[in-house]
Amino acid sequence: MGETTPEAEPRKLAEEARDRVRFEEEALDLADQVYRVARRLVSTREEAEDLMQETYARAFRAWRSFQPGTNLRAWLLRILTNLNIDRGRRIQRAPDTQPLEEGDYFLYNRLEEAGREPSSDEDRVVERLSQDDAVAALSAVPHDFRDVIVLVDIGDFSYADAAQILEIPIGTVMSRLHRGRRILKQELAEKAVGSV
Amino acid sequence: MSLGVEPDPCARCEEMLQPYLDRDLTDGERAEAELHLDGCSYCRKRYRFEVELRRFVRQAAVEEMPPDLKAKLAALRIPLH
Repeated sequence: MGETTPEAEPRKLAEEARDRVRFEEEALDLADQVYRVARRLVSTREEAEDLMQETYARAFRAWRSFQPGTNLRAWLLRILTNLNIDRGRRIQRAPDTQPLEEGDYFLYNRLEEAGREPSSDEDRVVERLSQDDAVAALSAVPHDFRDVIVLVDIGDFSYADAAQILEIPIGTVMSRLHRGRRILKQELAEKAVGSV
Repeated sequence: MSLGVEPDPCARCEEMLQPYLDRDLTDGERAEAELHLDGCSYCRKRYRFEVELRRFVRQAAVEEMPPDLKAKLAALRIPLH
C-alpha cells in the first residue's frame, strides 16, 4: 500500500507533463488579454513587456499552484499586479489626501460650458475627445484608483475578481472605482478643454 | 421652488449614475432613477454621455500586444526533461 509500482511513476510523470503543457498553452493563449490590462497598469510599453515576461516566468514556475477550473486570467493578473506593486511602481503612490473630485456630470458640464457639448447624435460624443487625451488622462489617475478602473472597465473583471487580484475588500474596489472614474473625468476635462 | 429642504432630484440622479450603469442599484433605486430620467432631459443627456464615455475610454485604452512578445513568453516555458 502506498508504494508506487515501477510502471506508475513514468505514467504519473507523463500525466504531469501533459497537465503542465496544457497550462502553458492556456496561459499563452491569454497573453493578448493580459497584455491589454498590463499595458494600462504601467506607463510605457517597455515596462509592460518586462512585467509580462516576469509574470509568465513566475507563472510557469508556479503552475502547480493554479487550480484547474478557476479563472486563469485572474490568476495571471494577480501575479502581475503583485509584481508591479513589488517593483515600487517607480512613480509616486497616490497621496493620502486626494482633492475632492467633482461629481459625475462634471465632464459633460465642462464640455458644455466650453461650447463643445455633445450634440443630440450620441455617436458624435466621442469625437469631442481624442484617443490621446483618453490615454493621457487614464495614466494621470493615481495608481490605486487606476488599477481598479483598468481591471473592471478595461479588463472586464467583476468587482469580486478585482478584489481578489488586488487583495483588497470588494467595498474598496467599488469606492475606488467610483472615485477613480470621477478623477478620470476631471483629467479628461483638463486635457480636452483646459483647467478651470 | 421648495424652501431648500428637499434634496435636488438631479443631484440624487447624478449620485445614482455609476451604480445604475454598473447594475448595482436595488430595484427600488433603479425605478426611482428611471422615473426621474423619463422626465428629465438634463440627466438623460448626461447618462447617455456616460455610456458613450465608458465605451470610448475602453476602446482608446486598447493597445495590442507587440507581435514578438508572445514568442518571448513562450520561450520562458520550462523545458520538459
